[in-house]
Amino acid sequence: MSDHDYQPSSKLGKWFNDRLPLLTLSNHLQEYPTPKNLNYWWTFGGILTFCLITQIITGIILGMHYIAHADLAFGSVEHIMRDVNYGWLIRYVHANGASMFFLAVYIHIFRSLYYGSYKAPREVIWIIGMIIYFLMMATAFMGYVLPWGQMSFWGATVITNLFSAIPFIGESITNWLWGGYSVDNPTLTRFFSLHYLLPFLILGLVILHIWALHVPGNNNPIGIDIKKPSNDTVPFHPYIVIKDLFALLLFLIVFAFFVFYSPNILGHADNYIEADPLVTPAHIVPEWYLLPFYAILRSVPDKLLGVIAMFASIFVLVVLPWLDTSKVRSAIFRPIYKQFYWFLVADVLILGYMGAMPAEGAYLIIARVATAYYFLHFLVILPVLGRKEKTLDIPLSITEPVLGGFPNQATTKNKQDNRENL
Amino acid sequence: MSDSDKKKPPRRDFILTATTAAGAVGVGAAVWPLIDQMNPDASVKALASTEVDISAVEPGQSITVLWRGKPVFIKRRTQEEIDSARSVDLKDLKHPERDEDRAKNPEWLVMLGVCTHLGCVPLTDKGDYNAWFCPCHGSHYDTSGRIRKGPAPTNMEVPKYVFLNSKTIKIG
Repeated sequence: MSDHDYQPSSKLGKWFNDRLPLLTLSNHLQEYPTPKNLNYWWTFGGILTFCLITQIITGIILGMHYIAHADLAFGSVEHIMRDVNYGWLIRYVHANGASMFFLAVYIHIFRSLYYGSYKAPREVIWIIGMIIYFLMMATAFMGYVLPWGQMSFWGATVITNLFSAIPFIGESITNWLWGGYSVDNPTLTRFFSLHYLLPFLILGLVILHIWALHVPGNNNPIGIDIKKPSNDTVPFHPYIVIKDLFALLLFLIVFAFFVFYSPNILGHADNYIEADPLVTPAHIVPEWYLLPFYAILRSVPDKLLGVIAMFASIFVLVVLPWLDTSKVRSAIFRPIYKQFYWFLVADVLILGYMGAMPAEGAYLIIARVATAYYFLHFLVILPVLGRKEKTLDIPLSITEPVLGGFPNQATTKNKQDNRENL
Repeated sequence: MSDSDKKKPPRRDFILTATTAAGAVGVGAAVWPLIDQMNPDASVKALASTEVDISAVEPGQSITVLWRGKPVFIKRRTQEEIDSARSVDLKDLKHPERDEDRAKNPEWLVMLGVCTHLGCVPLTDKGDYNAWFCPCHGSHYDTSGRIRKGPAPTNMEVPKYVFLNSKTIKIG
């Protein structure tokens, strides 16, 4: 790696870099050797960084016009929409930006699941990522409360009431969260404060996430360890930068479609009614990105166990690197895992759909089966599969299958034999 | 050094332990205000009681008033509803409570209109028991506000209240 012997060309650059090696860092980010076979599923890291920055910038601007008070919040959001110059644009970008952020993060997470990016030596990257994901959900939830519409109010009521399921101290905890005996003005003001804070925590964790990534380097579609730098890598700049920018452009088309053509399709009409503590909307639904977890919560008939199941469904992801016992990373070489992977994708989509439907009749039964399967996948199938599955032969380098035709089992076998003979 | 000196922990250990303990107490004392500021404040607690005029409520009718930011149902029950609430076998209840204990004056049922599952406001005169039904996650309550079916763990809570006179109830 050229990091350590990097020398700025100018005298001033050298003087500065000796005192704070920012130019060394910048050089590292440009030269960073990246596997040359990364596909477009790998562009979502860059897209997510863009989403975070967009949310922070639009959020800071909205904070200049928004008033965090139970009597004024709803009106101030309408004021942003009608009176503030381009206020409608900034608010719609922020509101739809949250959905785009989650869309990208779900693709990013499922990319990791498919290619085994969470496995050694990348467990810490994965865990930091899961903490970021959890903070994203908390931030999005509190942000949704700020417009103080009916869904804001009742969504906040339902979610904060989850904590009342804790035995003995549950009620004290909910009163402490609310700053009163129900969701009210003190709840709104503290949610605003925390909604402003958390994105900066996320930004800090993103830096750690990337730092942890740059230690072992990127995983890649065939999931093998590669030598860096070598024939198997390209420098991050310009190769990956340009590819990421192109993917971002495509992503922005989708983003712009929502912002300009259907800015409210992902929201709920009820949130354009001001919060009323006396009337619960007929059908409370969280934002789409929380629906699978909501379905898990509702599919358990007991209140406390339902809450535990919901949090467990996230925690099970955190310990995933130790649940998946297979040494082979990429699903390309795991024919059985590949099928279970798509079952899981279908299962999560079904859970999402059930979360949006009323919890009764056939919906409830399907949601229960899907919940059971979700845990079955992580707690039973993955540990067992890692031991039983017969995996395909893995190429020794990225270049090899390209040069020798893919999959070239003869060469991989021979090379392995040669290695053993050495 | 004699043997007895070796067995004694050095005096520096004592100083270290004492300093750490005192430091932990100090940090705890400094952090507590930062946590406690989020609890209900004096102005919220000051609104802890409400007086309600019930003279206009007819039998079978129910009114909803706001107390501590939460809805309170005040239902003037019909004889039929009282009978159905009092004839239930306690064994059939998820959270066994006698109607006599929930409504001291059988005609008047006063309770928090908050579903004990996740805090939604149940709808009146709906559900399997033609009493209260929570639309959020499908909890059915009977004419005494007791949970009969669905995910809610307990009956709807009866707040502290007194009849100041035949026309007025004080809640809280």
